[in-house]
Amino acid sequence: MKTIIFKTASTYLLPLLILFSVFILLRGHYLPGGGFVGGLIASIAFVIHSFANGLEQTKSLIKFHPGFLMPIGLCIALLSGAAPLLVGQSFMTGLWFEDPLPVIGMVGSALFFDTGVYLVVIGVTLTIIFTISETL
Amino acid sequence: MNNPYIILPVIFQLFTAVLLLFFWFRVNAQRLITIICSLISLGIAIWLLKEVYQNGILTMQAGGWKAPFGITFVADVFSATMVLLTAISGMAVAIFSTGSIRNARLKFGYFPILNFLLMGLNGAFLTGDIFNLYVWFEIIIIASFVLITIGGEKAQIEGAIKYVTMNLLASAIFLTAIAILYGMAGSLNMADLSEQVAQIENRGLVNVVAILFLVGFGIKSAIFPLYFWLPASYHTPPPAISAIFGGLLTKVGVYALLRIFTLIFIPDAFLSNLLIVLAAMTILSGGLGAILQVNMRKIFSYLIVCHIGFMIAGLGIYTELALVGAIFYLIHDIIVKTNLFLVSGLIFKLKGTLNIEKLGGIYKKYPKFSLLMAIPLFSLVGIPPLSGFWAKLFLIQGSYLEGQYTLIGFILLGSFLTLWVIAKVWSEVFWKDAVNLPKKINVKYFRELKPLKQWAMVIPIVLLAATSLYIGLAAEHIILLSKQIAAELIDPSAYIEAVLGSKTTMP
Repeated sequence: MKTIIFKTASTYLLPLLILFSVFILLRGHYLPGGGFVGGLIASIAFVIHSFANGLEQTKSLIKFHPGFLMPIGLCIALLSGAAPLLVGQSFMTGLWFEDPLPVIGMVGSALFFDTGVYLVVIGVTLTIIFTISETL
Repeated sequence: MNNPYIILPVIFQLFTAVLLLFFWFRVNAQRLITIICSLISLGIAIWLLKEVYQNGILTMQAGGWKAPFGITFVADVFSATMVLLTAISGMAVAIFSTGSIRNARLKFGYFPILNFLLMGLNGAFLTGDIFNLYVWFEIIIIASFVLITIGGEKAQIEGAIKYVTMNLLASAIFLTAIAILYGMAGSLNMADLSEQVAQIENRGLVNVVAILFLVGFGIKSAIFPLYFWLPASYHTPPPAISAIFGGLLTKVGVYALLRIFTLIFIPDAFLSNLLIVLAAMTILSGGLGAILQVNMRKIFSYLIVCHIGFMIAGLGIYTELALVGAIFYLIHDIIVKTNLFLVSGLIFKLKGTLNIEKLGGIYKKYPKFSLLMAIPLFSLVGIPPLSGFWAKLFLIQGSYLEGQYTLIGFILLGSFLTLWVIAKVWSEVFWKDAVNLPKKINVKYFRELKPLKQWAMVIPIVLLAATSLYIGLAAEHIILLSKQIAAELIDPSAYIEAVLGSKTTMP
């Protein structure tokens, strides 16, 4: 699908969709959204880019193998889950910073867990899609 | 008592798996990390059992949500013992894998998946929530799907298809049963269910759900007539993988049966009789199946089925003495079955085949190995004072006191069939001279391996054999442990109180 319209649109869509995915990630605590959906949207951004410009272009854009995001994301999620153990609380209890940060708002361990999920989903989806499109 | 750290066995396995993912392509680093982390997780498991034994049942409410609304993790003596046994066999298999699994398999993430599997097992043993139990079962079977197909040999894929199909079916039935149970009782917490289910008036529906659970867990733990997938698939993956499957995966089904049928559905006369009949048929069909086979791992697979029957028999009789027998058998069986599959892996590396008609002459050439391998083989038969003997003693005593004379007959028949099979294996593999050994195999022989890898294959067998000897020779410790577990299973009020808090303080 190497049409000029799709190609031009995809270069604008990539940053927009990634921005949107981060918005969905942050929105997810009380409203529909969260790490899983956000991760899927972010990986769709890369998939669209690879459809328009070819797989090699997208790979050179990402620089490292997307599978590497899986252990990083799992690590963040695990640490955010295990953090309450350090203060003698149960696993996965939500811990919150006292003061809200500008723009983001209240920050708690749940946000880090969601970020971990976000990274794992991007890693898994891109690994699967890249592997499939390589063998095609 | 509340203790947030009882989740550590689960978290630590996840941590190990994540750490291993960072070293995806560096196989030797993975080997080292796995061995070190399995030793640490053994330490954690010992700590947990000690803590539970001294302080009584420990609970943890995940996320701080109170039971029965949140997910509860409960460590009673039964759970802690199972976690310890998982850690012991997990460590043995991890060390054995460093020597026996090929680099091609390791590069596809064998060690991380193994640790995810152990995480699932620990989670299933510690959870106090029935839907969470289902989730852990899913983690276990997804990890086991990867392990059984990793490497992608033709025989492996063929075995995996049967394994995957039956296990997915079992999960679907299990999930259906949970859904109906939730519709009836309105709770998923097992301690809460124990109280709610007893008050439901529609006993017919309760019994139907109980049977659904029996079928779901029955497929997983391979009881008659749902066992046929097990001998068809367990001999196909590498021996280290069969060892963890044979040692633990069917036993987690037995654990779930013991937990559900002592806590939620107390067996009535019909269910008791059904369990006893199923146990007898399981013993018979597993034992008869083992006689016919010539592949060593297929023989052991049928023996797994046969010995699952002993544990189900203990549950069916449903007295404290019989449960002591079932628990003791469970403890003994996990260690011995893991070891037997490791032994079969070692024999394959020594001689290049597992066909007992072709094998032979091991006693003449490797007398020390033969003595080592004799320990798990004869523990399995239950020659006194080795570990299988005590468990059967309790089972027979338990069924005698309840007047289940036919069941005693089947238990003795099962022991006799096991003896026959093991005697055949011993005389064919160890005593007679080898005939027709394959000229060349596509893996390295044991003598061609580096000394470090040779030790990595022998040490776990020595460790597990020593554990078996301990269970047999220091049986009073294990009997004490089994008696406490059986007492807690028969009278679950302590478990319920630990999870829900005492009734009087609740509004």
